[in-house]
Amino acid sequence: MTELLARNADCIVWLARYMERAENLARILGVAETFARDRAGRNWLAVVQINADEKRFFARHREADARTVPHFYILDPDNPNSILSSVKSARENARTLRPMISIEMWRQINRMNSWMAGLSANAVGPANLAALCEEIKEACQLHVGITEGTFYRDQAHYFYHLGKSVERADQTTRLLDIKYHTLLPRPEDVGSALDISHWNALLKAVAGYQASRRVMAGKITPRSVAAFLLFSDSFPRSVILCVRQMDWLLSQLRTRYHLRGGVKALELLDELRAALTDQTIDQVIDLGLHEFIDWVQRQLMLIFAEIQDSFCVSRQPQ
Amino acid sequence: MTRPRLALPAPGLLSGYDPAEFFCEALSARDDGAAELAAIAQRLNALDPDDLRHRTARAEKELFDLGITFTVYSDKDAIDRILPFDVLPRVITAGEWTRLEAGIVQRVTAINLFLADLYGGQKILADKVVPADLVLGNVNFHSFMRGMKVPCGTYSHVCGIDLIRDQDGLFRVLEDNARTPSGVSYVVENRNLMLQCFPDLMEGTRVRAVDDYGLMLRRALEEIAPAGVDEPTVVLLSPGIYNSAFFEHVFLAREMGVPLVEGRDLVVENDRVYMLTTAGRAPVHSIYRRIDDFFLDPKVFRPDSMLGVPGLMEAYRKGNVSLANAPGTGVADDKAVYAYMPRIIKYYLGEDAILPNVETFICREAAGLQYTLDNLEHLVVKPVGESGGYGMILGPKATKSEIDEFRAKLKADPANYISQPMIGLSVSPTLTGKGTQPRHVDFRPFAVTGASTRVLAGGLTRVAMKEGSLVVNSSQGGGSKDTWVLAEGA
Repeated sequence: MTELLARNADCIVWLARYMERAENLARILGVAETFARDRAGRNWLAVVQINADEKRFFARHREADARTVPHFYILDPDNPNSILSSVKSARENARTLRPMISIEMWRQINRMNSWMAGLSANAVGPANLAALCEEIKEACQLHVGITEGTFYRDQAHYFYHLGKSVERADQTTRLLDIKYHTLLPRPEDVGSALDISHWNALLKAVAGYQASRRVMAGKITPRSVAAFLLFSDSFPRSVILCVRQMDWLLSQLRTRYHLRGGVKALELLDELRAALTDQTIDQVIDLGLHEFIDWVQRQLMLIFAEIQDSFCVSRQPQ
Repeated sequence: MTRPRLALPAPGLLSGYDPAEFFCEALSARDDGAAELAAIAQRLNALDPDDLRHRTARAEKELFDLGITFTVYSDKDAIDRILPFDVLPRVITAGEWTRLEAGIVQRVTAINLFLADLYGGQKILADKVVPADLVLGNVNFHSFMRGMKVPCGTYSHVCGIDLIRDQDGLFRVLEDNARTPSGVSYVVENRNLMLQCFPDLMEGTRVRAVDDYGLMLRRALEEIAPAGVDEPTVVLLSPGIYNSAFFEHVFLAREMGVPLVEGRDLVVENDRVYMLTTAGRAPVHSIYRRIDDFFLDPKVFRPDSMLGVPGLMEAYRKGNVSLANAPGTGVADDKAVYAYMPRIIKYYLGEDAILPNVETFICREAAGLQYTLDNLEHLVVKPVGESGGYGMILGPKATKSEIDEFRAKLKADPANYISQPMIGLSVSPTLTGKGTQPRHVDFRPFAVTGASTRVLAGGLTRVAMKEGSLVVNSSQGGGSKDTWVLAEGA
């Protein structure tokens, strides 16, 4: 089978996105928990804000705190952005894709979904939250590992990684935002031990702590961390790395599999890559980091929409 | 004539197991294979029940993890259920299989000749072997199929023949499934499970393999592809993930190595069918469709069908795409037509049916209706248009008021019913909460026809898991067993 159904391509990019999203949300909740410990719970609201969920969240809860936010983002079946919902959606997509994905991939997603569905409210309580986030992250990583080891390398594989890269780039910008925009430190805190420890927590959340230590040689500043997350050529979750990856994947689809679409997406990617390579972090911050992040997120949305329009459209019901 | 039964040493798994008056699939003697049957029965008898239960739980967990499930929809939730799996296998000897296979091929051949005649010259109706109104008035008879030549003359490419075994151990046909019979995925997956969880049970027994079904089906679909296409593209057309048999669609697409498409993946242009891929349109030549006739093409059938493909029937009629099964096969597996099947076989093949029917009374005929009304408490009465065991009554098991209620329904619409004597279905030892108990079973083998008919050497053994129950349908609490067809000279 050499052809890939457009609808299946759509399912694959979404399967990858949902699993990546679940993993990143677990990371964000993990880091929010660390922040909140230091700041008397003020930072739970930030998680809601970076996901632009204020309206939906406050329709259900009066306070954003250590109970409501983790529940809303992990277990709430009515929140389409909860980890439970993401895993369920990933599983629905995997179900459609079952003739194409490996039996092992399917089994693991199916089991993860059953496990998530069986969690009690207590599992997201303060005492268990950190451990649960860790477990969710590991289940997502198990998915990644099984996929790496078993997923047949044809077009479907390229679409999988396209979805993953889009989502990861988007999520990294959100993580950066949680610290830089919403948690803008009070002037007297800047550079304090507390502030530094938050940046460290953030780096740990994206598994960038060790690498950043080596690269930055101890100069952990807000600017250096932002530069690391946006511009590092070697850090697997940096925005530029994801963008380069997407560019390569899309070019491969066009050359190896002779797909004709995707020209506009490549142009947009080029523009985004230029914005990430032609500026220093100082220039970006002077012009406004939040505005820059916002623009990056919008570009990613446009690129993803282009990919879908080019490759993933099935017949509309008449 | 009750057949002699094997005696097994006690204590054992089968101690206290009593098949009563029924034919027992584990202990009753057959015409061949005595040594193999005894060896298998002894091995089963020596099994430890706790160990078996433990391994069954593991097997069922595996089925659940693999999503080998059918979906039951309630108001709010979709619940995935596994088909209950009983580990004690049902065995068919090589000699029995030879006869079954010949009988199935004969029946499927006759069904295809019958359909070709109904959609051609209708000689069998002119000769009054089958009443014309039974066919022409049937909702599953599609007049637009008349005069169309289908590849290889095959209409029912996948046919499931439901068989039961009576008290004398004789296999009889209970029902023909000529449209889109399901269940073959369980045949293969049950075997995979047995090999994985109970390898010691199978050791030293030469059981015929069932894992070539996907290739059989793909070959048939390639055989029926439109003429002149060298490497036909085959697809499986499914209603989608919300269909209760979706797992089977996945299974078959995977086993055949073909795309699993939905209606929205296909377009028709200039009477040719294409699927929508990442690279644009790609031609499609053979479609194994698991969508009912009435949803296939909104231009011809139900205009509100979202599952189908507009223009598909015209492409089919022009011979640009092949469909399996052909539309309109439902007229041949109608429960009323079933009663005529021995005569249909005789008519086209000049042979007696190798596999007898269950004696059937046709309520549309005055004599049949009278007999049925007079003997309701001894008969099974079924509506002709239903499947899945719905709408039927088991006279010997029904209460007086249920019978009276049914009598009124029958009188109001006699043509909708047939009746049959209650058959003492064979039993098979089955693990239950109360130890090893006899449970009634039936058998659905699968025949695949392209240019010729091939029968998978196995089939779906369904078990009525409830004590005394004769209803094996999965929708009503039935389970399944692995079916071992023994190899010749095993």
